[in-house]
Amino acid sequence: MDNSRIVEIWVGVFVAIGLGALFLLAMEVSNLAEFREQKTGYRLLARFSNIGTLKVRSPVKIAGVTIGRVAAIHLDPEQYQAVVEMRIQPQYKLPDDSIASIYTSGLLGEQYVAIEAGGSPEFLEDGDEIEITQSALVLEELIGKFLVKTTEESGPKE
Amino acid sequence: MARSDDILVKIRGLVFSHGRRRIFDGIDMDIRRGAVTAIMGPSGTGKTTLLKLIGGQLKPRSGTVEVDGHDVHRLSRSDLYRLRKRMGMLFQSGALLTDLNVFENVAFPLREHTDLPESMIRSLVLMKLEAVGLRGARELMPAQLSGGMARRVALARAIALDPMMIMYDEPFTGQDPISMGVLVKLIRTLNDALGLTSIVVSHDVAETASISDYIYVLSGGRIVGQGTPDELRRSDSPWVRQFMDGLPDGPVPFHYPAPDYREDLLR
Amino acid sequence: MTAPLQRLGAASLNVFAKLGRANLFLALALTGIPEILRRPGLLIRQMYVVGVLSVLLIALSGLFVGMVLGLQGYNVLSDFGAEESLGVMVAASLVRELGPVVTALLFSGRAGSALTAEIGLMKATEQLSGMEMMAVDPMKRVITPRLFAGILSMPLLAGLFTYIGIYGGYFVGVSLLGVDEGSFWSQMQAAIDFREDLVNSVIKSLAFGVIVTWIAVFEGYDAVPTSEGVSRATTRSVVYSAFAVLGSDFVLTALMFGE
Repeated sequence: MDNSRIVEIWVGVFVAIGLGALFLLAMEVSNLAEFREQKTGYRLLARFSNIGTLKVRSPVKIAGVTIGRVAAIHLDPEQYQAVVEMRIQPQYKLPDDSIASIYTSGLLGEQYVAIEAGGSPEFLEDGDEIEITQSALVLEELIGKFLVKTTEESGPKE
Repeated sequence: MARSDDILVKIRGLVFSHGRRRIFDGIDMDIRRGAVTAIMGPSGTGKTTLLKLIGGQLKPRSGTVEVDGHDVHRLSRSDLYRLRKRMGMLFQSGALLTDLNVFENVAFPLREHTDLPESMIRSLVLMKLEAVGLRGARELMPAQLSGGMARRVALARAIALDPMMIMYDEPFTGQDPISMGVLVKLIRTLNDALGLTSIVVSHDVAETASISDYIYVLSGGRIVGQGTPDELRRSDSPWVRQFMDGLPDGPVPFHYPAPDYREDLLR
Repeated sequence: MTAPLQRLGAASLNVFAKLGRANLFLALALTGIPEILRRPGLLIRQMYVVGVLSVLLIALSGLFVGMVLGLQGYNVLSDFGAEESLGVMVAASLVRELGPVVTALLFSGRAGSALTAEIGLMKATEQLSGMEMMAVDPMKRVITPRLFAGILSMPLLAGLFTYIGIYGGYFVGVSLLGVDEGSFWSQMQAAIDFREDLVNSVIKSLAFGVIVTWIAVFEGYDAVPTSEGVSRATTRSVVYSAFAVLGSDFVLTALMFGE
């Protein structure tokens, strides 16, 4: 029955290769690795009056470097503000006077949370809230404002 | 006729149709324990079908087949399988498993149905192979065997579980005289040495008659003659005569049913 | 007048009868599960024939498909100055579609056709009938191990195909055409979701494994037991598998990725 041992070994190798490929796909290709980092990171909250198209899993960046992801978004039912919960990787400490803004990457790209670090010696801890925020710019509002402004300027001439 | 407990296979009023064609039209048959019973008849009379009916692979339209007191077609699946372990069947092609060598083919039923240790399986397999004279061919694959050798391996496999009966489906077809002689001798000696009951389905008159104790001649879905080989040789039934003597024309017509020849040509 | 209608009716009845037989067949094959749990050797033997012997074909095909994706993707994306998205494009097409689908098609040509021919020939040479007469249920002994070997091998082969394909794309895109390595991987990781994409991909390949192997073993078992019948059954096995894979891929994709 030597033959059947060889068969068994080859099948073992095959299954190991197949499972290995699936595992590596999960770790290298998908965002599974980040999921784990998100679990290990600490939580920060921020309130925005408008979050635009920000989604769960949108990146959180400082100076363009991704330091975490949006973990949850819900609405504060009393103040009608969006509460964004972020998971920040533990090696990044943020001063407690940092500013959170929602920007768009490129003209039509995804929206993300950009954080501008402040100068305070105190750092934000798990569950803290970033007090100073700047909402997303909504294209329609911008165009609306621009139109009102131009009509106001051109108004007196008529 | 023999006493009823002397009968291993008892067939009563067997009717079987394939599509619209009626293959058996009321057949009664008794197969005695310990004897070699031959079922003969022209090709296409459903002799193989009869073996499959006895083995429970096909169901009759009506009538009963009793093997060792069990109505084959009333048995539950597991009881039927238990009964089949005691029946061996030798298919025309041998039906060896092509991905296993000779040794493993003979060991197959032992491995499937018993938990014997490897050394015991080896002894049993070599014993069975010795009985058919192929102990030296144990490493060969079925594709390397001649037709006659393949049938002998299949025979060794059929007796691996020491069955009570063996059914041979056309064991002599397409064999050269030597391997035919070997098979003829094997069927008789195995039957007597192992105390088997053998059913041989064949249309090779001389060989079959030389080893069988009792012969049934089938034609057109009916039994047209039965008796010991000597009785049949002396029979004056035209059916039996045509078959035993190999006459081209007789009750079994030379021509397949057709409209009148002249009319057909002149049309 | 009624002849064409009658033919249509007869053909439809045949299709339904065959579908019925195929379902009954699958149900019977599933009753063999305790048998393969009791004797895993049967399954392992078939995993070797069906899985191990397909690895080389699947791996090479995956490499070439990935390399072509890298090349074509680069040509299109560079027109928009979006070469950095090459990783996303290669990985998304492989994980979501090409991995499971192409593996299933190759598998049906390599292993499925062989299964059909093997079982059909076993039927034609009375091996299945012989097993029955030896009180061995060919369903449990022959069909069930082959069915499960196919079902289990497919996700592993698809995973291998996808993984090697991505590296094929990486090789062409990053090593040959000079796409930035960091953005190749980081954009890919940002875009490919573990549950949405990868888990669905595995589910797809499992489903294709069931479909392709089921068709292959059924066509073999249902074949007319002559050499012509077996050759027809083998052709049917590959053709039906291809249709069934592509058709069910649409349904699965709509269920998984459709909003």
